[in-house]
Amino acid sequence: MALIRNPFDHDLPSADSPQVHVHLDGKWVDVPLGLNVIEVARRFGKLIPHYCYHPKLSIAGNCRMCLFEMGTPKLGPDRKPVLDGEGRPELQWVPRPQIACATTAFEGLGIRTASPLVESCQKGVMEFLLANHPLDCPICDQAGECKLQEYAFDYGKGRSQFGEEKVRKPKRVDIGPRILLDDERCILCTRCIRFAREIADDDCLGITERGGYNRLSIHPDQRFTSNYSLNTADICPVGALTTKDFRFRMRAWFLKETQSICVDCATGCNVTIGSREGFVYRLTPRVNEAVNSHWMCDQGRLGFHPIHSKHRVLEPARRVETGLFPGEWPLVLGQVAESLRKLEPSSLALLVSARLTNEELFLVQRLRESLRGESEIFTEVVPRKGQADGLLRSDDLNPNSKGARILGIGADGEKLPELRKRIEEGKVRALFCLHEDAIGAGVPEEMLERLSLLVWQGILEDKSCERAHWVLPGASFAEKSGSMVNRAGQVQRLHRAIPTPGRAKEDVWILRGLILALGGEDVGQSVPDIFSKMVATTPAFHGFTWSGLGDQGVPLPAQAG
Amino acid sequence: MTKVGAANDRLAEHRIILRFVDEPDYTTDIDCYLRHGGYEQLRKALSMDPAAIVAEVKASGLRGRGGAGFPTGTKWGFIDHAKNRKPVYLLCNADESEPGTFKDRQILYKDPHQLLEGMIISSYANRAHLAYIYIRGEMAHGAQILERALAEARAKNFLGANILGTGYDLDIFVFRGAGAYICGEETGLIESLEGKRAYPRIKPPYFPAVLGLYLCPTIVNNVETLCNVKHIVEMGGAAYSKIGTPNNTGTRIWCVSGDVRRPGYFEYDGGAITLGELLYEVCGGIRDGNRLKAVIPGGSSAKVLRAGEIYPIRRKNSEGRLEEIEMKLEDLPLDFDTIAASGSMSGSGGIIVMDHTRDMVECLNNLSAFYAHESCGQCTPCREGALWMHKILDRMREGEGRPEDPQQLLDLADQIAGRTICAFGEACSWPVESFVAKFREEFEAKAAAKEHERLQPAC
Repeated sequence: MALIRNPFDHDLPSADSPQVHVHLDGKWVDVPLGLNVIEVARRFGKLIPHYCYHPKLSIAGNCRMCLFEMGTPKLGPDRKPVLDGEGRPELQWVPRPQIACATTAFEGLGIRTASPLVESCQKGVMEFLLANHPLDCPICDQAGECKLQEYAFDYGKGRSQFGEEKVRKPKRVDIGPRILLDDERCILCTRCIRFAREIADDDCLGITERGGYNRLSIHPDQRFTSNYSLNTADICPVGALTTKDFRFRMRAWFLKETQSICVDCATGCNVTIGSREGFVYRLTPRVNEAVNSHWMCDQGRLGFHPIHSKHRVLEPARRVETGLFPGEWPLVLGQVAESLRKLEPSSLALLVSARLTNEELFLVQRLRESLRGESEIFTEVVPRKGQADGLLRSDDLNPNSKGARILGIGADGEKLPELRKRIEEGKVRALFCLHEDAIGAGVPEEMLERLSLLVWQGILEDKSCERAHWVLPGASFAEKSGSMVNRAGQVQRLHRAIPTPGRAKEDVWILRGLILALGGEDVGQSVPDIFSKMVATTPAFHGFTWSGLGDQGVPLPAQAG
Repeated sequence: MTKVGAANDRLAEHRIILRFVDEPDYTTDIDCYLRHGGYEQLRKALSMDPAAIVAEVKASGLRGRGGAGFPTGTKWGFIDHAKNRKPVYLLCNADESEPGTFKDRQILYKDPHQLLEGMIISSYANRAHLAYIYIRGEMAHGAQILERALAEARAKNFLGANILGTGYDLDIFVFRGAGAYICGEETGLIESLEGKRAYPRIKPPYFPAVLGLYLCPTIVNNVETLCNVKHIVEMGGAAYSKIGTPNNTGTRIWCVSGDVRRPGYFEYDGGAITLGELLYEVCGGIRDGNRLKAVIPGGSSAKVLRAGEIYPIRRKNSEGRLEEIEMKLEDLPLDFDTIAASGSMSGSGGIIVMDHTRDMVECLNNLSAFYAHESCGQCTPCREGALWMHKILDRMREGEGRPEDPQQLLDLADQIAGRTICAFGEACSWPVESFVAKFREEFEAKAAAKEHERLQPAC
């Protein structure tokens, strides 16, 4: 079950529904009783085109694009189905086309998805939808991923008889802080209205005016401020709802799509990263019924922007009296390793981020092993707390707290006060911050000044970075591959979408370099190699393989999480 | 029984529903209604078993008077009272908005208690304890009359708790409509009553008898239909079924408007008179000595019939065998089945007459303006198609017609009918389909006029 409760699951019939026989375009197939006809066709590789139907929203039945020819078993005089030579019921076809979205499978249902009647219906509906549509595809953001465009090619006539003046409606309507509405493009499918009402629980959209002048409107006293508002732009089949963030930034067909996960909180919503030439343009939710279903929050979706910030740290460097002095990676790694080796192990502490991947955390574990003498090296993660919203957002804003716990790196920052005490008492004199700001984590600035060694690895300048003796530029979530464990224990993969900027490096590369410089065992260069090493030494991950995680991830066994 | 405008006895009206409405001293007062035998049938009905009343209505063969002509008893039979655990609602559809129809208005304005008595009996028969009268928004005065009538009926314990000591509770409320034609579509009416935009619901699954008002079983009946129930209780289903012809039982109120000398409303037994008799004798013929050109027999949504047409009608003869006979337009008996067999429908009984001076493009444009304005816009074909057809007709009327226009109108109408959520798709496309098909030469002439001008050299 998804971590968000959908009011409707038309594509997921309950497991105990009995199988029924359905006649789909000339073939008898078995499907669960009550399965939506659009989903029946989809399961057998046929597309019944549709606009208003969405598997997670209530049925509206208003676009009329999914009209199909329905058959029912012919009944004999004894009110029992008449059987043909093969023992299958003979069908009689209802003369009126029916909407597939409001029809569910039953024994002996006949479905024709491509008969002359169906094609005539599809052509008719396409012509009507395009009649008053502005046809401004060249400047429309939806072009390339527009259902109106796609179906016009696949099911339309190819030309219109419309020779009248088009209806004019409002354009560029600012309905919310992150979303814009173009009423002329809207085909009034009401998906957004139903999403706002049924899932986002912010019932502020509706239809005003009448007939051909109908238009989508926002309640006069309201703004669409929901943290889930941008999902409406995803489910909008046309370019009526566009996100202010992505609008006019990039044509959809230029985007390279990389499957990854959102790292804004512990839910780990599955996303597709849309990037081009080393630049991320957008994140869109990717369907995963074990995690986020079809949705993600606006905060997570827009949270990628800092990775292109001008405050990114781009060069490995050492602090000298006049400031940071850039160095070459092999030299820097060698010198950092040398400094670490000289330390008394008990005087070193690692402040690690629970936003790192399992593989990175595993290498931190290995680094700790290669440095330790008789005593343990202090490690802890920094907690980030937010507010859970009952939908997708978790109160834990670290995407991999579970992974950090499993790999023994830290547990929600329970030991942070102790770290501060140890630094105060002078027991800890060296600190290695991995993607964390020690000051932000509660270590006062003047204490950092007292340290004999402060190594900082991360992506964005922060106060600790300003005081660090060594600065190691790492990678953001979009620049690396790896795995994370979400709040429900789903082990999911990230994939590298863009290269690291400047001379920044992936964190596994940096950590492996340090381990090798310290004379530790080589765990391999590639993330899959590291993953299999990690699996071998971590009982919780027993039996997992990198490729086995797939696009949807794999849940941890119940006792491990 | 009143005799209106006819010398011939056969053409005398048989008024059951409108029996008293036009008597000079008849008022909407409850005392006046009681003096005329009012609420007697309620007493009788309340002493009967609800199922027995449903059986009488089934036996009467009463068909809905709102337009579709669906058998009322069958509709009532859809609710399975043995299994049902939800409240049942009865809704009176008084949203009479079909152009050409003004029959319910006569009842509401002149004889409200007859409707209330019919409603109370029907509610009792359907075991409803709450009923609403959804009255067309424009009938503001009618709503006041009903409110007063309801107060009077409550004061006399015909409504409220423990009606006439029988232990049956019922209340009826008036709900003023939201000012749209589509509010008269039964599921649109239900949505509107729930306080929402009157978007008709998809069927399946939202059949009112199963998932109606507040998703409870709901019966929606027309004003005239509910009034008939009172008379069925009075005379018994079997006696009622003898009025009119088989399958067209009871009386119908025909509303004649347009180019006749004496337009008005006339109540006759089903199939008792022909269209020609109604127009030429009862209504005094076509105005100004003009010739008949066309008739819309059942409200503006019905297909137009052209004067001079001959229809092959299949019907049962006196021996019960099917036979096919040819009938002229004027010979069509006014009932459900014959008019349906002529390719149109008797719908709501609104007969609109057009004489030979009428321009059919103008007439159709007038209708299409109405339908383009009244389409709710929920589903694609009707929303886009109704406005599109109106734009074409408007252009033709302005003399900007194009040769392809008539065919395009037919194509568009064809793409709407049968593909929409509610019957509005048919309502807006049937007039276009029939006008263009039956008066094609006029449409082509209009379309060609501009073509001729275009050939003139520009100077």
